[in-house]
Amino acid sequence: MNYFVRKLGFYLIALWAALTLNFLIPRLLPGNPVDILLAKLQQRGGIVTPDTRKAYELLLGGDSSEPLLVQYWNYLINIFRGDLGVSVSYFPTPVIEVINTSLPWTIVLVGVSTVLATVNGVALGAIVGWKPGTWLDSLIPATTLLAAVPYFWLALLLVYFFASTLKLFPSQGGYDVILDPGFSWEFIASAIQYGFLPALTIVIASVGGWLLGMRNMMVSTLSEDYILTAQAKGLSPGRILRHYAARNAVLPSVAGFAISLGFVVSGSIVTEQVFSYPGIGSKLLSAVTNNDYALMQGLFLFITLAVLVANLIVDLFYGLIDPRTRVNA
Amino acid sequence: MTISEETRTRTGSDRPAVISIEDLSVVYEVDHPVTAVKNASFSLAPGEILGLAGESGCGKTTLAYAINRLHKPPARISSGSITFHDRDGSDLDLMALNEDQLRAFRWTKLSMVFQGAMNALNPVTTVRAQLDDVLLTHRPEMSKKERTQRAGDVLERVGVDRRRLHSYPHELSGGMRQRVMIAMAMLLEPQVMIMDEPTTALDVVVQRDILREIVRLRDELDFAVIFITHDLPLLLEISDRIAIMLRGEIVELGTADRIYRAPEHEYTRQLLSSFPSLSGSRGAFIRTGDDEGQVQRS
Amino acid sequence: MTNLAPRTEPNVPDATMALATAAAERGRKPRSPWRMMLPTMTPWLAFGLVLVGGIALFGIIGPLLVQDPTTIRDSGLQPPSAEHILGTTQTGQDVFAQLAFATAGSLQIGLIVGVLATILSAFFGILGAYIGGFADEAFSLFSNVFLVIPGLPLVIVISGFVPQAQRGLWTIAVVLAITGWAASSRVLRAQTLSIRNRDYVAASRVAGERAGRVIAVEILPNLLPVLASQFVFAVIAAILGEAGLSFLGLGASNSSTLGTMLFYAQNGFALSLGAWWWFVPPGLIIALFGMGLSLINFSIDEIINPKLKNVRLHRKRARVAARLERSRVTRERKAAA
Repeated sequence: MNYFVRKLGFYLIALWAALTLNFLIPRLLPGNPVDILLAKLQQRGGIVTPDTRKAYELLLGGDSSEPLLVQYWNYLINIFRGDLGVSVSYFPTPVIEVINTSLPWTIVLVGVSTVLATVNGVALGAIVGWKPGTWLDSLIPATTLLAAVPYFWLALLLVYFFASTLKLFPSQGGYDVILDPGFSWEFIASAIQYGFLPALTIVIASVGGWLLGMRNMMVSTLSEDYILTAQAKGLSPGRILRHYAARNAVLPSVAGFAISLGFVVSGSIVTEQVFSYPGIGSKLLSAVTNNDYALMQGLFLFITLAVLVANLIVDLFYGLIDPRTRVNA
Repeated sequence: MTISEETRTRTGSDRPAVISIEDLSVVYEVDHPVTAVKNASFSLAPGEILGLAGESGCGKTTLAYAINRLHKPPARISSGSITFHDRDGSDLDLMALNEDQLRAFRWTKLSMVFQGAMNALNPVTTVRAQLDDVLLTHRPEMSKKERTQRAGDVLERVGVDRRRLHSYPHELSGGMRQRVMIAMAMLLEPQVMIMDEPTTALDVVVQRDILREIVRLRDELDFAVIFITHDLPLLLEISDRIAIMLRGEIVELGTADRIYRAPEHEYTRQLLSSFPSLSGSRGAFIRTGDDEGQVQRS
Repeated sequence: MTNLAPRTEPNVPDATMALATAAAERGRKPRSPWRMMLPTMTPWLAFGLVLVGGIALFGIIGPLLVQDPTTIRDSGLQPPSAEHILGTTQTGQDVFAQLAFATAGSLQIGLIVGVLATILSAFFGILGAYIGGFADEAFSLFSNVFLVIPGLPLVIVISGFVPQAQRGLWTIAVVLAITGWAASSRVLRAQTLSIRNRDYVAASRVAGERAGRVIAVEILPNLLPVLASQFVFAVIAAILGEAGLSFLGLGASNSSTLGTMLFYAQNGFALSLGAWWWFVPPGLIIALFGMGLSLINFSIDEIINPKLKNVRLHRKRARVAARLERSRVTRERKAAA
């Protein structure tokens, strides 16, 4: 129990750190974001009242006379009330609504791709690591090439081959725009068709890392004493592979999930850009281009929140599969 | 005393030996091949405790693993034969078994207890699961209830509470883990148990308890034991016969009694005088211990 | 690139004892400690060194030898020809020349960020672990928090708030270093903890050596291979990270890197116009460079953990031995039959 409480505590601290970063960054960097923002707002025909200015200053900081700590407190209260400000590039939509429409796309894309990459990578890694010395094993250094490929370049290649040249898949967008979003079969089929190449990009770019990690751990694990015991017990090779070898070898991969997820999130942002996929990543980028600072902040917060939740889930899962974490110190 | 006479004193059983090793050699195929075991020959009588003593690196563990064909490449058996004489009268040439036959043979006829049960048990599964998969593999006709019952039975037999079935290895003390290993080895009531330094990592008091267990179980179930250790005085206590190994060769083989009273090989004599005694005058060991002359090694 | 973390220690029960005895008997001198610090040459290491060396050379000398990459011509989007080895861009600029300068730019920033990030991770990882106690807990918590907060989004946000004009090379380098040091510091901390608990370090401390000296003399030399390995990872991550940033248009404003090239390629519709000579080479260079560095890291791993070398060496012997044993058994079975 101690383990789970500790982990939860850690993620709460991390969340607080992210919120604080979000608060500090616009205030620490040069430039006057509120002025730029309001100017943009007026360009789009918005009306600037003192309230509007105050709302943005709360988020981004201005030459308000209130002490920093008071600003911080008000900012936190606002965040917990769900008020992330109003988006400038999608005026007058509040930031939180913009996020709500694009978040599901990214979560589905990244979620599905990561699950596929992990399961395949770990399984392949276990198989290759099980019989060291075969021809498969000598290909291992070649997988480093795969693992070093930049996401966006791979995306470009895939678009070039499958979309432009072979015209098998569409190269832009999340779904066919003539369809209405909703849970109809037509829409879902279209979403899958449009999501196929982005998902393929993420899977190909990340599977190499999982494979290598798992394979290396298998090689280590196979020389452990309990594997020898299992063989002496006359157990079938399949049973040894699953319950003794892979079961232990997979632990560091799960423990290192945070690092892997970091790379996947970065990769998915650029992938969304290449495919103009309507997820959080491309919204973040267009927010930057349009100096829509409030949206930027809100998106960063939600991306971080999603990553923290994912990591928490994986950490809790690790606590389940490795009984040694539950030692009462 | 011939070997047959020596074993007849121990049991009145029908067959002279349960394992016969003839001229076994194990070579490590590295750039300059190293012979780890040179022409080892001996037989193991049913129900006897055969001690295998020697310093680190003398090849005793390699020999033990080779008997069960657990030796890993680049080690290979370069010559010799290993024959298992089953209780039902058949003879098995262990070198000729294929993968499936070998797996069926292992643990049912011959089981092993490894050193330092710290890492010999799977850290992420329960004790029950590890006892269970032996039964699942070799006794598929048993039901789940029967398997759990049997697992609990063997644990109690070695003095471990049945409730420990649900524990993980890291939750058990060293002595308890070793008992679990012994229980596991006994699950299918094999005819031979090979024990590789089973008590070396334990406290001496715990060590004594474990040794008493082993001898008691042997008396009850009548299995033979090959007991590997560097601790010669221990073997003198519990073994029927002792084999002394030096640099891959068995240099002496005889009853424990004879080895103690009248050792023939110089190395045996050296080993015997290398252990301090709890009796006799203080300081005598240091003064006279290694006066018997070193065995020429190079 | 994910999960290219260094391997943990395997426990290879092998013939080391027998080998050592045999070697001693033959009267062979043990290798000098400095020689042991260097990796042994294997085909893959050689390949890695060639890749890294070749690309580095291309980046250093290339810009001096190629034509001016900024010259605009009328011949836009030409495929590779004798005059332009890799064809031209949309505005008629020579792709090959651009590639040379872009490689130099990427390498430069990769190196700078690699050094900065390694210094940061060394500070937070090693020092904290050595001091122990509250400092260790605090530093560890700090690195874990930084590890978990997603890097690229943070970089994007920071870049977004900095006005375009002030986004120089060093700004970007610092931002990348700040968001990238956390993973390495965890590894360094683990390694320092394990070394710190070893007997020879304890002996030094008991003997009263000053902390600074213990770190410098006992701990750092043992950390050198791990530091080297983490530095290589940092460089790979830096090049990839910077390329991603530039591709998104958020890189350093006056620099030219491989990511920038890809940015212009995409904006110049290289994809839809099928100008593969423009967008394939930059990514390929990144991938090959990353691959070369990873291969070098494999060899550094063998220094960190010498048993890995045994695994590699024994693989071939294992096959030979297994084959010999099988053939002997079949021979004897045939003879008996």
